Amino acid sequence: MSDQHSAFVRSVADRAARHPAAATILVLALFPLVFPFHTLAINILLFGLFAAGYNITFGYTGKLSFGHAAFFGGGAYGCGILIANYQVHWALAVVFGVALGGLIALLIGLLATRTRGIYFAMVTLALAQCVYFLFFHASSLTGGDNGLRGVNVPRVALGPISIDLLDPMVKYYFMLSLVGGAVWVLARILRSPFGAILEAIRENEARARACGVNIEATRLLSLVISGMVCALAGALNAINLSTVAIDSLSYHTSGLAMMLTLLGGMGTFFGPFVGSAVFLGIEHIVTGYTERWQLIVGIVFIVLVLYFPRGIWGSILQRAGK
Amino acid sequence: MDLTVSLIAQQLVAGISLGSIYVLVGVGLSLIFGLLTIVNFAHGALFMTGAYVGTYVFMKTGNFWLCLLAVPLATGMIGLFAERLLIRPLYGRGIDYPLLLTFGLAYVLMDVVRMLFGVQGERFDTPDALQGAVDIGVGMFPLYRLVLIVFTAAVMLALWLFIEKTRYGLIIRAGARDAQVLRVLGIDVSRVWLAVFGMGSALAGLAGLLAAPMRGVSPEMGIPVLVEAFVITVVGGMGSLGGAIAAGLLLGIVVSMTTLFAPEMAELSMFALMALTLIARPQGLFGRKGLLS
Repeated sequence: MSDQHSAFVRSVADRAARHPAAATILVLALFPLVFPFHTLAINILLFGLFAAGYNITFGYTGKLSFGHAAFFGGGAYGCGILIANYQVHWALAVVFGVALGGLIALLIGLLATRTRGIYFAMVTLALAQCVYFLFFHASSLTGGDNGLRGVNVPRVALGPISIDLLDPMVKYYFMLSLVGGAVWVLARILRSPFGAILEAIRENEARARACGVNIEATRLLSLVISGMVCALAGALNAINLSTVAIDSLSYHTSGLAMMLTLLGGMGTFFGPFVGSAVFLGIEHIVTGYTERWQLIVGIVFIVLVLYFPRGIWGSILQRAGK
Repeated sequence: MDLTVSLIAQQLVAGISLGSIYVLVGVGLSLIFGLLTIVNFAHGALFMTGAYVGTYVFMKTGNFWLCLLAVPLATGMIGLFAERLLIRPLYGRGIDYPLLLTFGLAYVLMDVVRMLFGVQGERFDTPDALQGAVDIGVGMFPLYRLVLIVFTAAVMLALWLFIEKTRYGLIIRAGARDAQVLRVLGIDVSRVWLAVFGMGSALAGLAGLLAAPMRGVSPEMGIPVLVEAFVITVVGGMGSLGGAIAAGLLLGIVVSMTTLFAPEMAELSMFALMALTLIARPQGLFGRKGLLS
């Protein structure tokens, strides 16, 4: 009986490992059915995508970036400005947000990839701060310190039917349809020869170079892909919240992506979503009791780095692999 | 605007005084990096902690000179504990881990300060003895900023003498060159690293104290400073103390001059300087090529 049971579990796990995108989308689709807080579920979904995008740079390419807020916030403002100020169709606005995030990633990447090693973290942080100031000062477009308001998309027309985004459950599945698409594309990229090259560079840069890989171009492209995924998360978050806060471009937002990825498990496909669910879940509970949330974040960071560098999902995978 | 020579000269001196803060911050960061190859993301938080410790001591005693002693001691101690208890277990585990850890440490320091002193931020009035202005030949200039420049120069001179002329300095220089050989020669390298991390932290706190009368004090004041310190490091060249001094002064002057001609561009000018450096000389003004590859 128990042998049969474990054989079943193993075959499910094998299938999930072979089709990470399908497994991830399936889990995310079932998630709100067992999780009663639907508004929180949407946040978990979108920040999970943000962390998954960050994971391309941090986990798969092995570059520690402190600047991903620029891509997330760039996507959010790009999409939000078109909807709020110019009444552009939401789909077009999302595409623009993603393109803007990709462009910011390209510009930051062109400068940051001129340096090597640990410089990358410092240059990305400084340039992201530069993006923050640019958006902050362009207050006629972005609302400056007050943030951007009026990113309202109450209803979405899909052919003949029109769905109501004010219902959290409907909104979750609307967001999932786009997040799922991005997850599928990500899985496809990571399974491609390009994905293999990324991991080859992470594991041994010198050998990858000797094999004829153009390291700089590959890293730049991976940063742009990562930036576009984060920009999509930002754009959807703008629609989700109907506003864009200037804080979405801040140092803390980059730190959040890093935290979720580290907590879930860097370099694992599903880890960022696990990290997002655990972190935002705990935040939801803890902030009801204390204002000292950042203290807890800091301590969790330190404990993770010292004792659990693989994160939750990474540790589970390691155990399962034994 | 009346653009006289004296106005520009005054702004130049203002830039050097701003640059003095940058120098103290940048040298501390570079010192730690040069020996431990750690980018200390808690550097800005230590700067902020120094400002708060200074505010507290000044409030209790009213003695600024005592602050100058107490602050580096306090932040230096924090640095010593952080290195010994948190960072040392991470040596040999890849350069990203200490960086992530100090990032977490910065969050802890910020929230502890909020718990102790509140979220509002404080004013730090210039000590009475250092108020007022003096004639520097091109016009009147705030005394405090002049003292700041002189004091920073004295600290840098002391640091230079320590590193170049003493036996301990010799060990530090050797450690930056090749820690393994130093270990073979019978020196306990981990104690050198501990001391250097403490020194760097003390410099960060001292910078925070000196900046407090100019910038005010708040729990978030360390974040822009961290960014500025990184810009200095990129411009000056990683791990180079001379580079940190030159880049710190340059950055102070550039920001100050931009404030005079185009105030809204002041924050962006330093990033432009960094971008230019990255394009023209990616290893920084004084950096060695391939140091970190």
